[in-house]
Amino acid sequence: MSFETSRGDVHALRDVSFDIAAGEVFGVAGESGSGKSTLAYAIMRDLAPNARVLGGSIHFAGEDVLRLAPDALRSIRGRRIAMVYQDPKSALNPSMRVGQQIAEVLEIHALASRAGAAARALELLALVNIPDPLAVAHAYPHQLSGGMQQRLVIAMALAGEPGLLIMDEPTTGLDVTTQARILELVAGLRHDVGAAILYISHDLAVIAQVSDRVGILYAGELVEAAPATQLFRRPAHPYTRGLLDALPDIDLTRAFRPIRGRFPDLMGLPDGCVFAPRCDFVEDACARAQPAMATVGPAHVARCRRWETVIATPPMPQARRSAPPLLEVTPPVARVDNLTKHYEEPGVLMRWLGLARPPVHAIDDVTFAVHGGEVLALVGESGCGKTTLGRLLLRLLPPTSGTVSIRRRQSGAEIADDAEFRRVVRIVFQNPDSSLNPTKRVAAILERPLAIQGVSRPARRARVRELLEAVRLDVGYLHRLPRALSGGERQRVAIARAFATGPELVVLDEPLSALDVSSQASVVDLLTELRHRLDATYVFISHDLSLVRHLAHRIGVMYLGRLVEVGTVDEVFRPPYHPYTRALLSSIPVPDPSARAATVRLEGAVPSARLPPSGCRFHTRCPSKLGRICEEVEPPLQRADGTHWLACHIPLEDLRRERPVRVRVS
Amino acid sequence: MTARVLANPPLAIGTLILGCVLALTLLAPLVAPYGVAEQSIPDRLQRPGGKHLLGTDQYGRDLLTRTLFGGRTALLLGLGAVALGLLFGVPIGLASGYAGGRTDEVIMRVVDALLSFPALLMALMIITALGVSTLHALLAIGVANAPGIARIVRSQTLAVKHEEFVLAARAQGESHAYIMFGEILPNLLAPIVIEASIRVGFAILASASLSFLGLGVQPPTADWGLMIREARQYIFLSSWPLLCPGLALALTIVGFNLLGDGARDRLTGRV
Repeated sequence: MSFETSRGDVHALRDVSFDIAAGEVFGVAGESGSGKSTLAYAIMRDLAPNARVLGGSIHFAGEDVLRLAPDALRSIRGRRIAMVYQDPKSALNPSMRVGQQIAEVLEIHALASRAGAAARALELLALVNIPDPLAVAHAYPHQLSGGMQQRLVIAMALAGEPGLLIMDEPTTGLDVTTQARILELVAGLRHDVGAAILYISHDLAVIAQVSDRVGILYAGELVEAAPATQLFRRPAHPYTRGLLDALPDIDLTRAFRPIRGRFPDLMGLPDGCVFAPRCDFVEDACARAQPAMATVGPAHVARCRRWETVIATPPMPQARRSAPPLLEVTPPVARVDNLTKHYEEPGVLMRWLGLARPPVHAIDDVTFAVHGGEVLALVGESGCGKTTLGRLLLRLLPPTSGTVSIRRRQSGAEIADDAEFRRVVRIVFQNPDSSLNPTKRVAAILERPLAIQGVSRPARRARVRELLEAVRLDVGYLHRLPRALSGGERQRVAIARAFATGPELVVLDEPLSALDVSSQASVVDLLTELRHRLDATYVFISHDLSLVRHLAHRIGVMYLGRLVEVGTVDEVFRPPYHPYTRALLSSIPVPDPSARAATVRLEGAVPSARLPPSGCRFHTRCPSKLGRICEEVEPPLQRADGTHWLACHIPLEDLRRERPVRVRVS
Repeated sequence: MTARVLANPPLAIGTLILGCVLALTLLAPLVAPYGVAEQSIPDRLQRPGGKHLLGTDQYGRDLLTRTLFGGRTALLLGLGAVALGLLFGVPIGLASGYAGGRTDEVIMRVVDALLSFPALLMALMIITALGVSTLHALLAIGVANAPGIARIVRSQTLAVKHEEFVLAARAQGESHAYIMFGEILPNLLAPIVIEASIRVGFAILASASLSFLGLGVQPPTADWGLMIREARQYIFLSSWPLLCPGLALALTIVGFNLLGDGARDRLTGRV
């Protein structure tokens, strides 16, 4: 299949063949640009006007979807083949009650009478594990959380009792604890509904949790397909292996590393194997001719001539943590005392009249210190306040109350001068697409912080070249615009900008979450190297506990604006756990099909930060809530061990007796 | 390249029209068969043909020549007024959108008040206050354009100012002025170009209207509005003195509108 574009034809999918049986989940994984979504749209025959199918067929229940008449296609699409998209918000009609929306699908496909449709809608809501279906049916989509919305979309997709359900990154925008519940639901559907499910994700760990069989796409080609257990245990294609090696392992049993090179331009593909330029196992023959699909085992195929060598090569050695425990506790470079940030709604009049909505409690009474030279990770789900906290550290927002003080590493003097502060304290944002001005060239972006600090023009030029080299980018990139760079390269530019002034404290706000796995690992390496070189201190904001375990010294866990647990990595990863930390840890998907099912499930959604629950903020979802005390009294942070603090009413002795969550502690 | 131009007919046609208009008016002294002010009373109000390709006006001046030269004041006033409008409107819109809050509220209420006057009425008031001259016409139309431009720029600023690169600029200690003009403004060029190209057409029309009312360009300068004003009295003797500047005016305005539409489709990626 190809797309005609102004630069020529893009062959988005080439020679992809697979089948899915009823009641089976076929997972498709690959990086952005690999053709995953194109595949999904091709099956729905819902392609852009510039797309042409050059050959092949898509058989569904005995008929070729690509040759169906428009009428027949319409009767299949949405009913026999249904799709669940990444963003539930755009798939739901915001002005229609949930129950009606589902009933409408049933009526369009003439699956139920008007009266029957309403009842069937409730059944479908119950099928996707929505508590209290009657109440939800009367709600509008915006009144529901992201996880609930995604369940609704799934319920709508199931309305026509589809033979094939295509799910395109259905959990990508969701928090880990919500994701765990959706994955559970998908796994259950396979048995309850008996549909064939095509599950698309960039995240191999997620794929491992739900799939029976897995296909790996690279640059539009299916490079490997195998039963899930086979694929994750004995990956036969170097790309599959590269993807797995690029994932940080939460148990620290192995190191993680990037796949070298750049994703190929689909306009000018090499003659031989598409992966050859980035392959660790490449030999001369690879570049000459395209390899054929080799049979590795039963139902296990790989498009590689050297698969035997790939399988025979031993796995990567055990991880050397990039942040080994600090031997001494250095004096703090940043102190946060009783910091509180509430977002008030504007409008003096409304507030005076008492009509304004309550403020959003983004951060409430948070106290901690960041010690010189350490990496402090702040983790938690969306809405926990970690990003606000980062911005408060940078003085980008005024605190509602409490203080943030930043000191120089050497002298211990507090920084008061604004220019000095901006030089010494820097930030890297989550998404380099929006943190780099799209109209500025790399050279201009990197020179700017130096110009502000009064560095002369020739000195700036020289320093910019040094910086590019430090983040391992070619000097040729100086005159490029951000859009001419890949995601990973853009983030390197953003990192170079942050380090341009030789900072002592760097806040990294989810710097890896917008990147493909293959480039994540190289950015981690880069950050570690820069920290050692500059002896800098990091505040690393993240939701990815696997990653944090590899590169942080200490972890602070946040929930709804509060710090609920703080301690060294080892302390946080073993009991006693705060019940929320425990739930987070057990929700992390791991790329191992045998390690399925979360042990701790969190019910419900994160409550609104406008009206945070009284007492312990976690009590509404806590699986081990004690009783009234949790609802009424706010638990203080209490010391569990040396540097380990947590805020919970459950006696520490009881928490200590709990079994560790999955992870092995070194 | 050719394929891309043809994929966007408004842009292609608009560019073609304006290219011709611009070339002919710039080269008017070379192309025009007579002098602008060259009178020949015996040849007055002639029909097209013979010595005068498009005929003559009531003083026997060549209409082709007058129309070509009239394009100069039209373009000068149109482009100049919009440039002036941008000069005032862009910083006001940027500041208002960037500052937000009460500052934004106050500036936008003033802009709303100004926008509620018809632009021509506002221009008339300014001319009344300043007196009649070409320069004052330019000033009046320019100022009348500023509030609309300010509004567009403000709304675009609101869309851009929440991008992380603005926060990144603050985090490295950039001044507010630099963030507005150095970071945000370059991202507004596309909407500004679109808005400006559509406004030039209207500004030309406004300048012609002022001249028509006798409040803009003064005789004996060649100007389309002025030509129409003068031709009005002889309409029953010859329609050519009216038709020539009228058609030229219409064609130019259509040209700018097509250019604006085409530029919008092109820059917002709809074609």
